[in-house]
Amino acid sequence: MKSLSEIETVSKRSSRAAGFSWGVAEEVGKNIRILEMFGISGIKNLNYYFRVKAKTKFEKLNLISNENKIRKIEFCPIYAGISFLDQVRSLENFSEIKFEKIAYPLLFLPFVSRASEIIGKKLQLKIDNRIFLLNHNISLYSNSLENGVVEIGNNILIKFQENEDSFEENEWKEIYKLSENTFVDENDSLKEGGAGAGLTDND
Amino acid sequence: MHVDLRKPNVIMKLSRLGSFHQSKLSFLRSFLKEFKSWEYKRDLFELNELGHGTAVYSFKKKSRVYSLICYANKLDKDERSDRVIATKWDAAFTLHDGVPSKKDIDRLRNEVPKQEVGRLSCKELTLSRANKSVRVFNHVVESLSSGIQPDKALLAKVGYLYRTTAVYGSGKFGLADRFRIKNRKEIHGPFRLEMMLVYLVRQFTFDQVNHVAKNKNPKKAVNLDSKICRNLGIGNSTGLGMAPFIVNHPTLLNNWIFARESALKKIREIKNIKKKDSDLFKDCLKKSIKNVVSWNTDSEYQLKKIKSLLKDLNIFINFLEKDFDFTKNFAFNEIYLWLAKNCCEECIEYIVSMMMEPYDNIIDPLITEMSSEEEKYFNIPTNRTVSELRFILEDKYSTILNIDFTKKENNQNFWFISKNKEEPRLANRFIENGSELEQPLAIARDIKKLYDILSLSKNSLTIDKFLIENSELRHVVRRAFIVEKFPYSEIQDNTIAKSIVPIDMLRLKLSFFGALKFDPRSDKWLRICMFQGAPLPDQLNDYDDHWVYNSLN
Repeated sequence: MKSLSEIETVSKRSSRAAGFSWGVAEEVGKNIRILEMFGISGIKNLNYYFRVKAKTKFEKLNLISNENKIRKIEFCPIYAGISFLDQVRSLENFSEIKFEKIAYPLLFLPFVSRASEIIGKKLQLKIDNRIFLLNHNISLYSNSLENGVVEIGNNILIKFQENEDSFEENEWKEIYKLSENTFVDENDSLKEGGAGAGLTDND
Repeated sequence: MHVDLRKPNVIMKLSRLGSFHQSKLSFLRSFLKEFKSWEYKRDLFELNELGHGTAVYSFKKKSRVYSLICYANKLDKDERSDRVIATKWDAAFTLHDGVPSKKDIDRLRNEVPKQEVGRLSCKELTLSRANKSVRVFNHVVESLSSGIQPDKALLAKVGYLYRTTAVYGSGKFGLADRFRIKNRKEIHGPFRLEMMLVYLVRQFTFDQVNHVAKNKNPKKAVNLDSKICRNLGIGNSTGLGMAPFIVNHPTLLNNWIFARESALKKIREIKNIKKKDSDLFKDCLKKSIKNVVSWNTDSEYQLKKIKSLLKDLNIFINFLEKDFDFTKNFAFNEIYLWLAKNCCEECIEYIVSMMMEPYDNIIDPLITEMSSEEEKYFNIPTNRTVSELRFILEDKYSTILNIDFTKKENNQNFWFISKNKEEPRLANRFIENGSELEQPLAIARDIKKLYDILSLSKNSLTIDKFLIENSELRHVVRRAFIVEKFPYSEIQDNTIAKSIVPIDMLRLKLSFFGALKFDPRSDKWLRICMFQGAPLPDQLNDYDDHWVYNSLN
């Protein structure tokens, strides 16, 4: 089995060899490590992408807006990902961002995962019918466990999940009430002697 | 009294970093301290009469076990080479996580001796190989098998029976990734498992030499005297492979240097030096001279440095004995200021290391701060502006911004990875091929390039927008934001200049390992000795923490 350190190093070097700058290659190395750690085929997708990249000039998406449409050819997942990662702080104001056609979209995924960590919000990434919930770059939840190469994502949607509870207030109250059963009822004696501060703590 | 940390643009110059010496912060010393209470055992020793076979050594505490597995093999004379291109060695080693099963030992027997072309698993933590110093090893066998102890003068000259030629860890060749083990308290110092491997290899070399001598002459042979063993270490040949490491791990480098600088600052801020502490400092200093006098090298470069070190040490000791009063306030600060004024860099750093000896209370907490979670600082804060980034460069790279890279001598070399063994190398770009495949290690040049472009960019432009047009500078933009937070994360020198002495980069790292007696064999590789004078495993329970200066050599 290859270690994550080997995966990162080889991905970085191969990205450089494929024509990316060293700084971008460093990002790709980190990303493939993340994908493989999450159990998604990073190396496989990167390999396929490089094969096609040698023959196809994918479109470079520099400035991200809420709707990103291609001119002719699919977006390059690396440049689209770098732009999203770099610009995510100014993109939060949109509740969702759409992309049309990203090549090898699983390579775009770790940029979104890292962006989730940067802004401290969960992000939902939808690649056609595959849904990924990216949780601060710590974990991901997905409805798709197929572990293969995804050549194109036709409709990609990123939703910014606001930091809010996943439960109703009455559900909270119910569980809180149960937790109260670990508390001791206080009588006068406990009130006087049980706390750290004395009665003259405001003198 | 408040003392400032020393300035990075002084300390992070290569000539200064290349003058660092081992200290209480060094990894091999902190390793011994951490593992002194662990149970040491030789679990397996199956060698033939020539010393070839398998051995296993372990350290154990509660349910945690680390096992060194050694494979000693026959090696023809013409196959023995310390160079990285070698494919066979006298012995090969791996540190296994836990107790290895017979299946593990058999599996690893096929892989460990192959080193870089073998495959390890996440159950293995470190990997290494070593060659005998044939002259010394044979002499020791001859002597012991004749019933006498070997010639101490010869042993003192070399200092070891074996020298390692590489020690690998952190995920190389399938070894366990650091994230799998990083939360273990006992390895909260850098390179602790690499140190364990080297330390146990040292014991293997003694056991092997005793075993071979005994088999040669079972009736007459004696064991190598434990005092002699103690004064032998493990040699190490180190080439350029180590140099890029310190460029590629900026926050780790910062944490090492920051620990050293913080220690010095705190010691200089001590108002009243206790007599026992000043006595210990003086005692270590005087005893340590033996290590300098017995420092053998043929390198003109190093000989010059040793000569000026010895000269300045004599002047300093003289000053200390005749003119210095340790009862005055802030005595170590006075000493430091005197050194800075009167001594060479080698001597200043030598004494700085020595000042740490009395102060466990200052050093021990710093040791736990010397690792780094580099991932945390990887993302670029792209919401910052061009003017902020330019300010960082002016503030943190002021010397570097003055270098003229249009001059050939400032742009002469390039770092590359050779296809053979994937090792880093340095070559002249105006003579050799391959500079188009240069590694991103010319930080000074690229920082200067970044500065020139920033100077033409709009101040209010945010970095996300700046990077759209300047993707080729992304790696140095990242570094600049790291150096803003970590002042000692960057070498303040030009690593591609004609004048670069790459062994300074190696020396920096090796001094933090705890190496002694740097012996440059060229400007690109050197030999060192580790653990010379260190307690043997069965002496770990009770040993003198200042053992480095108590060598008999």
